[in-house]
Amino acid sequence: MVAVFKHELRMYFQSLTAYVFGAFLLVIVGIGAMLYNLQAAVSNFEYVLSFSSIIYAVIVPILTMRVIAEERRQKTDQLLYSLPISTVEVIVGKYLALLTVFVLPLCLIAVYPVIFAQYGEVYLPTSYGSLVAFFLVGAALIALGVFISSLSENQGFAAGIGVAAILLNYFSVTLSEYVSSTAIGSVVALFVLAAGLGLLIHYLTRNDNLACGVGITLMAAVVIAYLADSSLFEGLLPEIMTALSLFERLDVFVNGVFDLTAVVYYLSVAVFFLFLSVQSLEKRRYN
Amino acid sequence: MISVEHLTKYYGSFLAVDDISFEIDKGHVYGFLGPNGAGKSTTMNIMTGCLSATSGHVRIDGHDIFDEPDKAKRQIGYLPEHPPLYMSDSPLEYLRFVGEAKGLHGTELDRQIDEVIHKTGIAGVKNRRISNLSKGYRQRVGIAQALLGNPRVIILDEPTVGLDPLQIIEIRDLIKELGQTHTVIFSSHILSEVQTICDEILMISKGKLVAFDTPANLEKKLLAPNEIRLTTDANPDQLRHILEKVPAISRLTVEESSGRWTVARINTDRRDIYELSRAIYLAFAAGDKVILEMALKKGTLEDVFIELTESSTNEKPAGQKEA
Repeated sequence: MVAVFKHELRMYFQSLTAYVFGAFLLVIVGIGAMLYNLQAAVSNFEYVLSFSSIIYAVIVPILTMRVIAEERRQKTDQLLYSLPISTVEVIVGKYLALLTVFVLPLCLIAVYPVIFAQYGEVYLPTSYGSLVAFFLVGAALIALGVFISSLSENQGFAAGIGVAAILLNYFSVTLSEYVSSTAIGSVVALFVLAAGLGLLIHYLTRNDNLACGVGITLMAAVVIAYLADSSLFEGLLPEIMTALSLFERLDVFVNGVFDLTAVVYYLSVAVFFLFLSVQSLEKRRYN
Repeated sequence: MISVEHLTKYYGSFLAVDDISFEIDKGHVYGFLGPNGAGKSTTMNIMTGCLSATSGHVRIDGHDIFDEPDKAKRQIGYLPEHPPLYMSDSPLEYLRFVGEAKGLHGTELDRQIDEVIHKTGIAGVKNRRISNLSKGYRQRVGIAQALLGNPRVIILDEPTVGLDPLQIIEIRDLIKELGQTHTVIFSSHILSEVQTICDEILMISKGKLVAFDTPANLEKKLLAPNEIRLTTDANPDQLRHILEKVPAISRLTVEESSGRWTVARINTDRRDIYELSRAIYLAFAAGDKVILEMALKKGTLEDVFIELTESSTNEKPAGQKEA
């Protein structure tokens, strides 16, 4: 794991990836700080982070697109399989290297509130609380990016899907206002979700019985729950979309609440996608 | 050292490896020989844990490659068909990564890297980017990677493909040298290569192991000369008449016939070819004709290779006809 971590990290700093990523992040946060803290003379650094979070849709895919896709293209994944290290170690090593590349510019950004505090009243706990949440959102999205990269050997594909997925997540709260909030609409959406989960399981395990089983069981559960109490489903779809939004939870921190459930949520999302990445890498052996 | 038991691999419905079993002892060079698409790479990928088997077991030194991958993989150095190199690394950086991943560190890591660099002759390019290296050097870096960690078995998948003749000779010499200290298994579709380097040959065709023996034994076993070419002053009709009385001739082919002499090929199933040639001489003497030239054609490993691979190719259509 340490070997993978060191190797990945060196590759990021030998190529432009780490610098492009850092530069983008610093530029957008810099622009935010300029607009909010300097021009508008607002003392809340957390607004800058809230404003900057959309940049993840661009920089996270740039950072993660090659992480596994490129191994496949260059056929270096064969080396990883033949080395006496497990796929878990490979994924965790790679993920930690990505986090390191991500944390470095954040360390620079962490100095900003202290600087602003020299010139006025800055409520530092909220600033740093939001910075932690900002980091956790990024960490969860990077895990998502690793998973997307593991699905293809085409970097462009990985980047495109990554941008789309993050944008969809970013706007999911806005979109949730436009989707059906009736019970039947929620049921349909849950059916689609169950089918999607089934497809994902099918893709990762090539086990049709398991995929169909999970999909159909979930659908049956939805139908039974609907027949039992249809009011449960009123407005469920918008709620789910809001609950799935990683960015929505960032605003809780920005408003000055250090939300531990959100921390757990971000960590679970990261672990979930890393787990899927391991499965996706393992699956290559079983094709 | 390595035991492969009833290994079978399906890609979807395509049968790539069909119930292969063999045992490999330590300290020799083994050659996997077979035409393209015979299942060599698939077998090697399974043996090194890069691919799962549909059924069957691979044990390295008693450790199952899937149940105890860590222990089994430490015994193996593997160079896949396409050398798995990170193009942005230098050989030195690359070897350092692989060495660390194999659990080496400190002075031991430095010592082993130094050793494999010298063994594979890449000292002159060790600080250049791999993307700028020629194919021959890349192949050497790939082999150097396989040697790290001092594994007891080294598996090389078509290590000489795409190299120029000089590089091929160098790699072959390297394989021979490695064979003195390691068990080396390498695959090739070039017969002469396998014949010159290997102590034992595993011939694979259509996913099946069709032969496993030393080159000399393979020739002996399958290539007892079974063909006689002769030139005679008899015309084809006379020739047929003379040879009618000779037993054990399975086929007589007239290859060339001018007014003055005839060139013919005689095939036999008989093992003792000298007995046959004696009978032919006597028959000609009795028929009052002369043998101008007679040659016992000694087969080559090439013939075995073609015979074995073709016979298994022909099996399928025959089976289909029956059905």
